[in-house]
Amino acid sequence: MENQFFVDSEYLSPAALEKKHRLETDPSSRKNHMEYMPGMEIIESDVCQQVLSQMNAFDYSLYTARDVRAALDHETCSVEDFKALLSPAAEPFLEEMAQKARMETSKHFGNTVYLFTPLYIANYCENYCVYCGFNCYNHISRMKLNMEQIEHEMKVIADSGMEEILILTGESRAQSDVPYIGEACKLARKYFRMVGLEIYPVNTDEYKYLHECGADYVTVFQETYDTETYETLHLFGHKRVWPYRFDAQERALRGGMRGVAFSALLGLSDFRKDALASALHVYYLQRKYPHAEMSLSCPRLRPIINNDKINPLDVGEKQLCQILCAYRIFLPFVGITVSSRESAEFRNGIVKIAATKVSAGVSTGIGDHESKYTGKEEDAVKGDEQFEIDDSRSLETMYKDMSGEGLQPVLNDYVYV
Amino acid sequence: MMNNDTLVIGGHKFHSRFILGSGKYSIKLIEAAIKDAGAEIITLAVRRANTKEHENILDYIPEGITLLPNTSGARNAEEAVRIARLARELGCGHFVKVEIMRDTKYLLPDNQETIKATDILANEGFVVMPYMYPDLNAARDMVNAGAAAIMPLASPIGSNKGLATRDFIQILIDEIDLPIIVDAGIGRPSQACDAMEMGAAAIMANTALATAGDLPLMASAFRQAIEAGRKAYLSGLGRVLTRGASASDPLTGFLRD
Repeated sequence: MENQFFVDSEYLSPAALEKKHRLETDPSSRKNHMEYMPGMEIIESDVCQQVLSQMNAFDYSLYTARDVRAALDHETCSVEDFKALLSPAAEPFLEEMAQKARMETSKHFGNTVYLFTPLYIANYCENYCVYCGFNCYNHISRMKLNMEQIEHEMKVIADSGMEEILILTGESRAQSDVPYIGEACKLARKYFRMVGLEIYPVNTDEYKYLHECGADYVTVFQETYDTETYETLHLFGHKRVWPYRFDAQERALRGGMRGVAFSALLGLSDFRKDALASALHVYYLQRKYPHAEMSLSCPRLRPIINNDKINPLDVGEKQLCQILCAYRIFLPFVGITVSSRESAEFRNGIVKIAATKVSAGVSTGIGDHESKYTGKEEDAVKGDEQFEIDDSRSLETMYKDMSGEGLQPVLNDYVYV
Repeated sequence: MMNNDTLVIGGHKFHSRFILGSGKYSIKLIEAAIKDAGAEIITLAVRRANTKEHENILDYIPEGITLLPNTSGARNAEEAVRIARLARELGCGHFVKVEIMRDTKYLLPDNQETIKATDILANEGFVVMPYMYPDLNAARDMVNAGAAAIMPLASPIGSNKGLATRDFIQILIDEIDLPIIVDAGIGRPSQACDAMEMGAAAIMANTALATAGDLPLMASAFRQAIEAGRKAYLSGLGRVLTRGASASDPLTGFLRD
């Protein structure tokens, strides 16, 4: 069964509803998703073509147990080996894959696990992405923190002991422009050792500016690498432009960022193909920018406000584990982040196999850290969440739990130079 | 003889020839390295030591242990120099291991940038220990730039593959008049012993201990292996044939004049 994404809010005007329905039902009313909008920088790069040609040619039904066996026996994992590990034929080998992945993780990262937390500073959005709680047609409480409020949130988070922060916004240039995000980065540098960004894709010079403001790591999720499916899910707004999003990490690196993170949102499309493309996106960019740090995430679809039925379909925990093991074996040097979308049990298990980074003390809402961290009720207005999280452990609990699992929690592994 | 056998780096004397590397650390690892492996020098990554509250590695280094901050995370000489200066400001002393990588996949060191950083830091009074890919010309440049020791890699960091660069490390041992400390890739005590027999001055390891089942036991195995290799080197190894056999009766014994 497919996800039912379309939800009409009673608060929408008739004109807005009509436009929404037209976007949903009439493909000709939607802009060409492969065409850049004015102001979007176009860079010369062959990475996209390399990733897409591999993904399009990937027929995972052709791989057999023999291919998987060979992949597991090889000392280094080739692209072909990786494809075999992602195929259904690898499912019976899951335990063996986990053992091999664990060995690779241990060789490259020892028993460490990095902890961080996200900070949403605004949830205004100009896009209509049908699965996202922030989408412009979803009736939620909207909010944009001012600098004073941002600093207050940061203080609360820093007081909990956290040293790495990931600043997020909804995708609205009008409400959350680059200078606004830059100021937030400058504040974050006062309180945190490491500042990452997960915002709408921007041009190289804007990434350069944000780097100068203190950000050093950029996360952009491609959502799905299947351009045709992407078109049916991102119906309106600048996010609709698939290739501009694809090149975001490369622009960020050209702008001087130390590292970049990648992901597909599993459950939107064919997850095996999306997993292949995500890892190859890393693989080809790493060959081009060998100095850059890279990491992968693996979010699965979650319920949102006003649509609690959204789920990751055929991507169960076993499939997710298979993907993560395959990522680790193919790209042993990359960081792998598993977010609070997953359960505490899954995260406790996967950090011992493949994941190297987990979030803690998470809120995907706006301006609610004090009430969530201290239990103190505030009168201040808050913004609604992007999606429902599963694992709500605080930093303190996560730190204790990770230590209890025999791991070494690390809060900072970074010098801003 | 062994009691007088000291390792001298930048005018400082050490009795132990095991150095704990950075990367994977835990309090247990540091304890085992000091108690069981006898380490007197412990590397720490400034990028990780520069922490605020939780388990700052600096709090777990006992008195009398020499800290060797490294510049991991640096992608060029300029960044390495900045990290080294930061380490000194943090109170980590004046030893520094220069570690510069432009490759996040294999973490192979960039010799050219390392030479530049060595030059700058040595002039600022640091005891500079450059981590390098074993190349004789680069090692000579590092010596001329003021290095206090040379730290060639045995194989890629964390790989535990042992002396993959064996022949080139031997060239450095033979040609460079500074301690050659074999760093990265040493996975087993036997490999450490092997490097010491070759004439290496010390061994740096981390992953091999950090990932062992019984940390203290592996740490003591490393200590014994390094000591055994050192003794063998100092004693002058007996002849070892690489192939065939040698007849104890000479083949030319029949010759009469």
